[in-house]
Formats: sequence, structure tokens, C-alpha cells
Amino acid sequence: MTGPAEAATVAARVFRDERVLVLATLIRQVGDFQLAEDAMQDAFESALVSWPRDGVPRNPGAWINVAARRRAIDRLRRERATADRAARLAELVRLDEQTHPATSEATMIVDDRLRLIFTCCHPALDPSAQVALTLRTLGGLTTGEIARAFLVAEPAMGKRIARAKRKITNARIRYQVPADDELPGRLRGVLRVVYLIFNEGYSASSGDQLTRGELCGEAIRLGRLLTELMPGEAEVRGLLALMLLHDARRAARSDTSGYVALADQDQSLWDRAQIDEGLRALATAVRFRRPGQYQLQAAITALHIQAADPDATDWARIADLYAALGKLSPSPVVQVNHAAAVGFAHGSEVGLDLLRPLLADPALRRYQPLHATHAELLSRSGDKPAAAQAYQQAITLTENAVARSELRRRLDTLTSG
Amino acid sequence: MSQYLMLLYSPEGDEAADQQRWAEMPLWLELTESLRDAGLLVANGALHQTDTATTVRVRGDEVDMTDGPFAVTKEVLAGFYVLECDGLDEALRHAARFPTARYGSVEVRPIMSTADLPGGGPA
Repeated sequence: MTGPAEAATVAARVFRDERVLVLATLIRQVGDFQLAEDAMQDAFESALVSWPRDGVPRNPGAWINVAARRRAIDRLRRERATADRAARLAELVRLDEQTHPATSEATMIVDDRLRLIFTCCHPALDPSAQVALTLRTLGGLTTGEIARAFLVAEPAMGKRIARAKRKITNARIRYQVPADDELPGRLRGVLRVVYLIFNEGYSASSGDQLTRGELCGEAIRLGRLLTELMPGEAEVRGLLALMLLHDARRAARSDTSGYVALADQDQSLWDRAQIDEGLRALATAVRFRRPGQYQLQAAITALHIQAADPDATDWARIADLYAALGKLSPSPVVQVNHAAAVGFAHGSEVGLDLLRPLLADPALRRYQPLHATHAELLSRSGDKPAAAQAYQQAITLTENAVARSELRRRLDTLTSG
Repeated sequence: MSQYLMLLYSPEGDEAADQQRWAEMPLWLELTESLRDAGLLVANGALHQTDTATTVRVRGDEVDMTDGPFAVTKEVLAGFYVLECDGLDEALRHAARFPTARYGSVEVRPIMSTADLPGGGPA
């Protein structure tokens, strides 16, 4: 028999570890996000009262699930305004009367968390709502924490989440894992949401540093969960690897003066264990021989990390990886990085040739990385006047003070050398 | 005989306004029954609020979905279909098949069922 204090600790641990698992099953059983969340909250509150008094049950997770289902029945009986009330009540009472869950129910439970992920990331929900709902439901973040991380007022974030839940219920977004023919597209959507969460935390442009670190942590946790649930999907592991490799260098990315570029980072601040985990995830992903944008980005990051010093970077392989990435998901970011890598690997003239069509594109006239790369390649090619001009242009487009002073330093070296 | 579409527009109100409208339920039932008795009623339904809408557009090979009722101002209501589907995904799949989705947009709005009414049907 556990003591009352221990029982409360166990309840807190169960809440932390099994919340998503219990919630995912409960949403399927009660057929409504909000009702499931409220019922689960009720159940945990009653655990805090009854476990210290009566002892911790043998299977705490199952106890919470049963208690929450009964609370949902109570709530449904009281709240006559709930949609589909009669059918839901009947289904819940049926489940509650079974002493042993049916085998079909046990098989269903296995996929409940996947159902939850695919529902939160449904393309009929606004992207910002997908992110918020995923963090609220699958992550452990409160509405207030999510609001702070995205610089939105808490009531506005609360409304966004509530509206998404209402749409799921009223528009009948089915609680299911997409069929095979739709799975690839829908999985891309899920990975996009997870990466968006990560990037929001990683690009430390604004907002509370602590919350932002939590966002990276939540995204990685989601990546690990997806890897566990979909072990055969190469891109799921690719994304996990990419996030781990970036996040491992978070401590080294900024010092007292601000942002620190990769080449200047103090490598002793890198989290080696996390880098190893990232590299292992990438190695496993690559074995499936189904390349994708996250695996390619992770491979590029891995090559940067593995170079003993920046001058030893394998630019030829990085250039090849960027070329492959450009074919899969073309974007100016990839094209500029590809040109830079080609320039470093095969001579700045070749790189400059690749930049020319981008420089002629009016849409990219104010794209800072394009001009910074242009300046770097011109400087390497020895065309000092043109390089100086490109540096000037890059400097005027740079908002980050540290990055701007770095560009100024390079411009000064150029003109004094 | 010719068929006519009656489009019912109402201000999207707060909870108090909603309550007031739900109180008019008997009026609606009476009107609907009288139209049915006269042999005039083809189909009718109440729509869920606009925030449950999804707008589908097909451009090239891409099916583009937007959360909300976002027809652009140049687009006007040109037709309607009522489909019985097993959930939103099936409805969206069919929405993308209409030619209008390629040059205009198809707004998919869930229709309320009796189970959605306050009280949730017979308990």
C-alpha cells in the first residue's frame, strides 16, 4: 500500500505520462474533443482524491480511462445541448457495461494516438489552428503557454483552439488514420506542422526564450512519438534527425552578443549525445531508400557538424544534396544554398553562374541571403568592387545586428586586404 | 412547374441571439410542414455556422483547402448539391470533382441533423 503523498506523486506522473494515451482513446469513445478533455480533467481530479485514500490502482492508466468515461456519461446526461447526445450516450454505456474490453477495442487503442495526430493536423483546419491544437492536445502545453510562444493574446488563442474543436465535431472530421492512398499527402501535412512548431522555437527572433526552448522540446517529443507509431516511414525519422541535429547546437547558437554562426560556434557546447541520436535516426531513415526533403536537410546538417573545422566541410556532397533537395521541393532558399555550395566546391565562377537567374528575379530583389551569398562568391572570385557593392546591398537588407556587423567585418577585410 | 432555390441569410449572432432563434423552432416546423403538405418542398436543411466551412479549389493538380467560407467577391453562387457522405473527407473529395473547383471555388458546409439540435434527439 502506498502512502497518501506517494499516491499523489503517482497521480501526477500518470497524468504526465499517460495523458495523451488516455485522451486519444477517450476522444474516439466519446466522439468529442472538448467533452473528452473535460471528462479526463474530472477523472484526474478524482484520482487525486481517491488514490491517496484508497491506494493506487493496479493499472492507473486504465483506471483513469474508465473514470473519465463515466464522467463523460454524467456530463452527457446533464448537458442536453450537446450534439449527437443520444448516440454517444448509448455507445459509452455499452462500453462501460463490458467487463473486459473486446479484442476489437484493444486493436483500436493501438492507433488512437495516430488518429489524434491526423485529426489535429487535418488540412480543413487553418494551419495556425493545426499547430495550436496539436500543441494543446498532444503536447503538454497550456493555452497560455502556446499563446505566449506565438505572441498571441491568451483569449485569442483559446478561441482559435475552441473553434478548431467545434469544426471537427460539427463538420464531422472523422477520427481516423487516412486511407493508404491519402496517407502520403496527409503525413506530409503532419510533418509540416511538427517542423513549424520546431522552427518557431528555433528561430529565436522574438518571444520568450524559455517558451521557445519548450517548443523545440515539444516538436522533438512529437517526432519521437511519430517514429514510434510509424516506424516504417523514412521521412518521419528524417525529420526527427533534422530536429535533433539542429537542437543539439542550440546552446552554441547564441552568446552574450547574440547570434553565433555555425562556423564560429564553440563545439564544446554541442550536445554530443543528441547529435549521435540524430545521426542514428538519419542512418536508419536512409536505409529505407525513400529520400525526402527532411532526410536531405538532415544529411546536409550532418555534414556541417561532422566537418572537423569549417574549412574541411565536404561542399561537393553538400552541393549534390542541395541539388536533390531542389528537385523535391524547389525554393529560393534551396537555390541560393545550392549555388553557394557549388561555388565553394567547384569554384566561385560556377556558383555565380547559378546565382545569375536568381539575381534577375524581381521577386528576390530584397532577399538578404541571395545578396550575402553573391557578395561572398564575388569576393572569392577576386572581383572586389562588385563584391563590395553586393556586401553593401546585403547589409542594408539585414535586420539582425550581429549578422550585420559580421557582413561589415567582411566588407572591411575586402577593402583593406 | 419550375424549381426555385431559396437562400436564407441571417446575421451570425452571439449565444443569446442563437437561443432566441432556437425558440422559434415551432414556427419553422409549421412552415416546413405546410410547404411539404402543399407538395412544394423539394429539400431543405439548416447549415452549421460559417466557421465550420471548408473552401475547396483545384489549381493544376493541387487540391487547395481553406478553413472558412472564402469565395472571392467576383465569385457568385452558381449551383448546389446536397451529398450524403461518411464524414468531411469524403465530402471534400467530391467537392474537388466539380468543374467549378477549377475556376471558382466550392464551399463545403455541414448541414445540421436532428441529432445536432439542442436536446440531441430522443434519449
